Amino acid sequence: MISQLLFLLLLSTGIFFFARRIGVIRRNIKSGRAWDGSDRTSERWATMARVALGQGKMTTRPVAGVMHILIYAGFVIINIEILEILIDGLFGTHRVFAFLGPVYDFLIASFEWLAAGVILACVVFFVRRNGMAIARLASNDLKGWPSLDANIILVVEVLLMFAFLSMNAADAIAQSRGLEHYVTAGSFPVSSWLMPLYSGLSDAGVVAVERGMWWFHIAGVLAFLVYVPYSKHFHIILAFPNTYYSNLNPSGQMDNMAAVKKEVDLMMDPNADPFAAAPPSDEPPAPFGVKDAPDLTWKQLLEAYTCTECGRCTSECPANHTGKLLSPRKIMMSTRDRIEEIGQQREANGGKWEPDGKTLLGNWITEEELWACTSCQACVEACPINISPMGIILDMRRSLIMEDSKSPESITSMFNNIENNGAPWAFPAGSRGDWTQEV
Amino acid sequence: MAEMTASGQTPDVLFWVGCAGSFDDRAKRITKAIARILHASETSFAVLGQEESCTGDPAKRAGNEFLYQMQAAQNIATLNGYGIKRIITGCPHCFNTLKNEYPELGGTYEVLHHTQFIRELIETGKLRMSGDTPFKGRRITFHDPCYLGRSNGEYLAPREVIAKLDAELLEMRRCKQNAMCCGAGGAQMFKEAESGDREVNHARTDQALETQPEVIATGCPFCNTMMTDGVKNAEQESNVIVKDIAELIAEAADLLDATTT
Repeated sequence: MISQLLFLLLLSTGIFFFARRIGVIRRNIKSGRAWDGSDRTSERWATMARVALGQGKMTTRPVAGVMHILIYAGFVIINIEILEILIDGLFGTHRVFAFLGPVYDFLIASFEWLAAGVILACVVFFVRRNGMAIARLASNDLKGWPSLDANIILVVEVLLMFAFLSMNAADAIAQSRGLEHYVTAGSFPVSSWLMPLYSGLSDAGVVAVERGMWWFHIAGVLAFLVYVPYSKHFHIILAFPNTYYSNLNPSGQMDNMAAVKKEVDLMMDPNADPFAAAPPSDEPPAPFGVKDAPDLTWKQLLEAYTCTECGRCTSECPANHTGKLLSPRKIMMSTRDRIEEIGQQREANGGKWEPDGKTLLGNWITEEELWACTSCQACVEACPINISPMGIILDMRRSLIMEDSKSPESITSMFNNIENNGAPWAFPAGSRGDWTQEV
Repeated sequence: MAEMTASGQTPDVLFWVGCAGSFDDRAKRITKAIARILHASETSFAVLGQEESCTGDPAKRAGNEFLYQMQAAQNIATLNGYGIKRIITGCPHCFNTLKNEYPELGGTYEVLHHTQFIRELIETGKLRMSGDTPFKGRRITFHDPCYLGRSNGEYLAPREVIAKLDAELLEMRRCKQNAMCCGAGGAQMFKEAESGDREVNHARTDQALETQPEVIATGCPFCNTMMTDGVKNAEQESNVIVKDIAELIAEAADLLDATTT
């Protein structure tokens, strides 16, 4: 009875902290500008099924892709076992699904094989991250916390799987000795390798290992649940909404800013009164483009929280490839850092955010990074969960130009040429058709 | 276009030449190749001449939405004024802007990249290759323009057209969806690159040269400039030529004597 109460306490604590953190992230994401993703629902579901559920873009890099699918399948399927652990924990039963007989044996055996797969994949990932010079994983973008975060995730996953297998091994020994409560159930193809570790123990020792591992596993799972939304690992949840809200337009299509269209329409309208006052409004006019994280749409902020820092974008980026400062991954990481900071300040200030004199563009992301982008969309194509770092880059250029009139000199000349000659170069518009005389 | 309208004619297609194709000496040769193909295939077409103006693509991607929308409004007024329905472009940037970004502003047309139109001409028998094309068996690699490929998913048309040359098509390590940019997009063409280890076009040209081509085929005047410069930088200009697909076709097809436009 006491252990059931303890379990209930542990479970509700885990869920409480998880839910509280989700609430914070939700508020932070919703502090972005409006964006409408309510259209084309069937196409959206199909994209989510293909890209997130089906891992459709992962295997473009075969080693990382296959290993990732192993962990993904393990995570999703082994979670069926969590259901049994929850019921057992709350009601004091033991292996409550054992009545399924051969089906149960099959399930447990497949969980064990998957657990072995997860351990293998995590070890490979750990070696790739720490022992091999893979550029995108050894990059400066990941110095400090991001790199530690990645290693924590891998180590915790190995520990959880090891606990799960040890629990099964001890259980199987207890079953074979006919100990009380230990019904004969399950098939243990992988954990049987661990049995020699525990078979020398007394009956009490075997039970202690089984119970200890059971508690360590579920407590670890709940701790991980609380950890995940503070980590890059949160992609395991956000990948689904993020791919649902994928950009379904051609990747090179930029939005036409509605606020600008209104101005241009007015300019072109011969009946418009050029001296008319703007209609009164309490809202300050929205800035053009993006200077700080709250100027982004909620979809872009969702992307920032979804990014798992794999760096496929950066390794495909032609600017980064040739040694420029720009790293699309860093654009996403900076965006998340900034909106997190604003969220914390807002919370500390009773829900209202007072500008703190810092901005995403300037304090986190520099003009040099923005001007290195060729808008080639390689980062968009490379992202396994359809994030667009390019969208944020181009939106920030809009702020540089339309709010601050800051551009490299040659870009200013290009603008002037288009304005005066209708071409980005200083050729007279009148000579545009001259080539026809040369044919 | 103005002359045709004045004489009561309506062309089937409008050839949107683009700024590079109008003013840049190298790109003008591509424009002329497209014009020769259009003549040879007896396509009824027109150009806007002085009435054409920059689509606004480089301004938009450099952050100047105002300038872009002013250009768009002006061009859409011109195109709609002539009742244009079908446009072919010699530049993937114009193609992308006209096709994807103008409709919302009131300019909806059927827009084709020139490689798509050339494929159509070959398929409908309006354009025939000579029995022995000058490129038979030659090694050709194709550099995908970002705004044709990744932007608009068109990887096949340029390859199918190259296939008609009887040439050996070599794919680069990074091609189609994963193709690397030449370095000109997003208004980079009009500015110095940021500081780094090397130029994007030199890196991309190296990837092209890895296939040991005789010809690097392009479908964009800006890519053409960048790859030509890259080949010069690698001191390979005596071994490798950079040509637009339109130029290759114009050299290989049974073109009628097209002398004037």
